[in-house]
Amino acid sequence: MATTWQEMLNLGSRESANSATSEPEEQRRGVFRRLRESLSKSRKALAEELSASFFDRIDEETWERLEEALILADAGAPTTAKVVERLEQEVEAGSVGADGEAVQARLIEILAEVASTGRAPIDLSGEPAVLLMVGVNGTGKTTTIGKVAWHLSREFGLSVVLAAADTYRAAAAEQLEKWAERAGAELVRGQEGTDPGAVAFDAIEAARARGADVVIVDTAGRLHTQGNLMDELAKVRRVIAKQMPGAPHETLLSIDATTGQNGLRQAQLFAEAAEIDGVVLTKLDGTAKGGIVLAIADELGIPVKLIGTGEQLEDLRPFDPTDFANALLAP
Amino acid sequence: MFDQLSDRLQATLSDVRSRGKLSEDDVDAAMREIRLALLEADVNFKVVKSFTKGLKERCLGEEVLGSLDPGQQVVKIVNEELAELMGGAGRELAYASGGPTVILMAGLQGSGKTTACAKLARFLRENGKRDVALAACDVYRPAAVDQLVTVGGRVGAHVYEKGTDADPVEIAAWALEEAKRERRDALIVDTAGRLHIDQELMEELARIRKRVRPHDVLLVVDAMTGQDAVGVAESFAETAEFDGVVMTKLDGDARGGAALSVRAVTGKPILFASTGEKLEAFDRFHPDRMASRILGMGDVLSLIEKAESQIDEQQAIDLEQKLRRNQFTLEDMLQQMRQVRKMGPLSGILGMLPGMGAMKQLKNVDVDEGQLDRVEAIILSMTPEERANPALIKGSRRKRIANGSGTRPQQVNQLVKQFDQMRKMMRHMASGKNPDPQQLAQMVGGAPRPKFKRR
Repeated sequence: MATTWQEMLNLGSRESANSATSEPEEQRRGVFRRLRESLSKSRKALAEELSASFFDRIDEETWERLEEALILADAGAPTTAKVVERLEQEVEAGSVGADGEAVQARLIEILAEVASTGRAPIDLSGEPAVLLMVGVNGTGKTTTIGKVAWHLSREFGLSVVLAAADTYRAAAAEQLEKWAERAGAELVRGQEGTDPGAVAFDAIEAARARGADVVIVDTAGRLHTQGNLMDELAKVRRVIAKQMPGAPHETLLSIDATTGQNGLRQAQLFAEAAEIDGVVLTKLDGTAKGGIVLAIADELGIPVKLIGTGEQLEDLRPFDPTDFANALLAP
Repeated sequence: MFDQLSDRLQATLSDVRSRGKLSEDDVDAAMREIRLALLEADVNFKVVKSFTKGLKERCLGEEVLGSLDPGQQVVKIVNEELAELMGGAGRELAYASGGPTVILMAGLQGSGKTTACAKLARFLRENGKRDVALAACDVYRPAAVDQLVTVGGRVGAHVYEKGTDADPVEIAAWALEEAKRERRDALIVDTAGRLHIDQELMEELARIRKRVRPHDVLLVVDAMTGQDAVGVAESFAETAEFDGVVMTKLDGDARGGAALSVRAVTGKPILFASTGEKLEAFDRFHPDRMASRILGMGDVLSLIEKAESQIDEQQAIDLEQKLRRNQFTLEDMLQQMRQVRKMGPLSGILGMLPGMGAMKQLKNVDVDEGQLDRVEAIILSMTPEERANPALIKGSRRKRIANGSGTRPQQVNQLVKQFDQMRKMMRHMASGKNPDPQQLAQMVGGAPRPKFKRR
């Protein structure tokens, strides 16, 4: 069974109060239908492609082709080598049967295990809970925030305040404003060019005054190599913590699924500047597999928490390691 | 990390010199290193495969076998072949003979199209197209039109927009009519980011193309893209028939293997590189530099050429001896400094060193040439004995040197200390270890950013 929203969110004391309103029946059916569709697609593909091409015979070529598939999914050479080596050893030692089905099942297990490193729910127990969104330009921060806000308000009945702390990019606040309208969230913004920390500060204050449940802070996209902008991010965090000790309760990094090996550097440097709690893997509706998050989990212990699968409000799901492992190997 | 492919190849092939012959096993080992380095740089798996196959043949040929230093030779060949694959000299945009030059921009979401549109507009204005206009055809992403209007304004380009309710194909056609009527020199058409597998939107792109008949269609590709770059480029080549590529976000530390893959698979050249937040950070693309970047090896060859032309060989040999015996003096440092400075500004030289590109500390160093002048002055104010044995320099000597060089005693002291550090480091290097980048940065007089650890 795939990971549910309830499993992915820690709502603290709100848990019992809101459980009744969570996932209206019709909505749930919609989610399950999409999930089933995508799953059956990848399962079918797996059954056909994997067992046929990878595991018909188990020999040197099997491992090479498996390596190739993982590399093509952007899992990176070190992680790929580790996974394949482990599977190969287990098969040689006899702990995994040398038939196609058993090897395939074990491979999915290993991949899911790596992808589960450091797994924890998104912490929304704070009152208000403060969620900070960071990432490189164009990875889908603002869109993700719109979707998260919509889910929290539609499915959990939470009131959400959005902080437009991307005061750099032209029209970034306007973009967030449109998402706020769609999601039924409130928007707090400053002038273009104002201090992003100040916008976050004001948003938390506004959320407190109105008794809102969650504040989501949007930040400007920045390359992880821009030292001054990374310092700025650390400062935004400090300002938030000053306004509300313990906040931000959750910091999420958006990673574009098309990203290659540079994603590892992104995660590493953002984690140094902003203490990342998890990753949102965006744009999984394309052909890219997003295998770089496997390397991020493996080498840095930072888990994926959410996945973005399209441009509609409902196209955001909790990350499920097994589904991901299956999809990674699908052609 | 595979920062120093060059070093790793040297290590892999180091014992070849003593054996005097390169075996097929040696070449295979080298190919493995190259394969890993290219994969780490996000060059497409299939491209890597065919690339190393061709490379292997060349490496088994005469030029490597007969070479004294096969490691270096292999690196050189890899670099040449990569640059070749990336496409020799860049090509110019196709300008219209009469009426506005029309350029259509396309790409995935978040690749940086809107920003690239404004940057290209600025570039065209700087290069003879005085009156450049933009067409806002991204009606899907919230506030995309607002963004284009703002950045367009910043580069002095007129923006044709009809809000978000009109059809993108119609907006493009209308903008072209207007541009013709108003006698603009160029029109750049911004389109919405779209997935290459989204048939509906890809067809829309094809329709825009047919309506405005662009002189060039440019595909915008994020330099951080991984293995998927090839599939994306193939799809866009089919529907949008793009003519060239704009690589964006090249100011990051991504190796940009996607550039190579796209070029290798579609045969379309990379025309422009976008390298920063500022709207002027945009220029023509240099394939050869990209090859070195992908390998992470710096511009070793031009550095060697420069050094050869400037450095007296006998002096260099003497110096090496002194370094090995740890007899390096301030006098030698002065000579050395003068020779190195003959090669040009220090910051440029550092950039050419292999592996240096990856040292963050050095990237942020501003080399202060005035500081070097002061160092020269201080050393010149010392007696030969003091230069040979800086430990002599105490109170009154320090004061005299400071007076003589127009500096303060603290500065003299600082130099002596730095020199000590440098000697320590050289001992380190003579024993075959890599220098500590922090120390290097201090030596060249910059302010290092110690916060970042190097992977």
